[in-house]
Amino acid sequence: MTEDVVLRVITKQLIPYILLFALYVQFHGDFGPGGGFQAGVLFGAAFILYGMVFGVATVEQLFSTSVFRIGIAAGVLLYSAVGLAGLMLAGNFLDYNVLAAYPKEGQHIGIMVIEFGVGVTVAAVVVSAFYAFAQPKA
Amino acid sequence: MIDVLDYVMLFFLAATAIGIVRLRGLIAVVMLSGIYSLLAASLFVILDAPDVALTEAAVGVGAATVLMLGTVALTTREEKPVRFRPLPLVVVVVTGIVLIYGTLSLPPFGAADVPARLHVSPLYLAEGYEQTGVPNIVTAVLASYRGFDTLGEVVVIMAAGVGVIALLAGRRSGQGEKGE
Amino acid sequence: MDFVSNFATHYNYWLVIVLMMTGFYLVISRPNMVKQLIGLSLFQASVFILYISFAYVADGTAPILAEGQEIYANPLPHVLILTAIVVGIATTAVGLALVVRIHRAFGTIEENEIQDMGRHS
Repeated sequence: MTEDVVLRVITKQLIPYILLFALYVQFHGDFGPGGGFQAGVLFGAAFILYGMVFGVATVEQLFSTSVFRIGIAAGVLLYSAVGLAGLMLAGNFLDYNVLAAYPKEGQHIGIMVIEFGVGVTVAAVVVSAFYAFAQPKA
Repeated sequence: MIDVLDYVMLFFLAATAIGIVRLRGLIAVVMLSGIYSLLAASLFVILDAPDVALTEAAVGVGAATVLMLGTVALTTREEKPVRFRPLPLVVVVVTGIVLIYGTLSLPPFGAADVPARLHVSPLYLAEGYEQTGVPNIVTAVLASYRGFDTLGEVVVIMAAGVGVIALLAGRRSGQGEKGE
Repeated sequence: MDFVSNFATHYNYWLVIVLMMTGFYLVISRPNMVKQLIGLSLFQASVFILYISFAYVADGTAPILAEGQEIYANPLPHVLILTAIVVGIATTAVGLALVVRIHRAFGTIEENEIQDMGRHS
């Protein structure tokens, strides 16, 4: 935690843009460079930056550690759920072609959802690791 | 042009690596390893891999540096001086020479007709857009063709996250440890 | 097997191997665990560069399809390395957490000091 006015003001200004860029990387990953892995780390980096400047306790007031612990599992479950949805709709595991009326549309939905699952897990792991290193309960 | 840039970036990487070996202040070493990642990310852009560059920049420069700084803050800031022993250097030089000898049978850097490019990747490039509707072939392969692979990777990341939480943020501490 | 005549076509691989060996040297020569982990991540980053070098094609472009482009870099190594980077940081985090726990238990992160403790007790 720092008292430096410049750092505090700049951090507050920057964080919305970092989050916005993370979302852009997440959902524009089909057309440009990007995807769930990159977006997750960028999203987590915004929380880490805030935690480093304003103290981890401040971030925890907003999002407690358990939110991110649930996020770790939720991303993997979302990914597996897409796989199982393919099975339910009489396709193969992780077969996106059967998710919608047209194969290409199904592919689009499938890729979007699993990339989101990847992003959630990666962001949650990065922030949880930061929490764990910043204030380990000895 | 690419060759020159590639050469310069690799030279910078080597200089940074030597700095990491020589310095003993761990905070400086962590900063240099962040710089190393940033240089590697720039090299990935030069080598036409923007997806990888974005990941390396976010992970290597952001997340890894923060976690390593956290570790340094919780442990020690200075590496204790060690006596120079020749054996590790000999092992490293011999291994390096053997590996370099091995590269002589590799195809030249930048060649288009290498075996690695003749099997599945032309198929991905030719039919990826038709089959998945995604112009970024890296995303298409990652999420669709090799979706099962990526599921495994995500499970590994989840397991690592659970491991870190179990090691550092547990409610109870084991016996015989200092602090409570 | 002429090293000199191969320099122009293989220098990239050779310099990457030099980087790799620097990381390897850190791992086997230093007792400090943070330094060892950093050496490991140097080695890892060098392997990533090696893979991306295999994917590179002269006069090609990034594997994002565009009008009027015929030659693309090989997308497969990109995919493998993309996931490997994130898995790498996750496993490094576990290693760093272990280092913190070792420091808590032994009061030092120098491997030789910890081994000496075992010898004296």
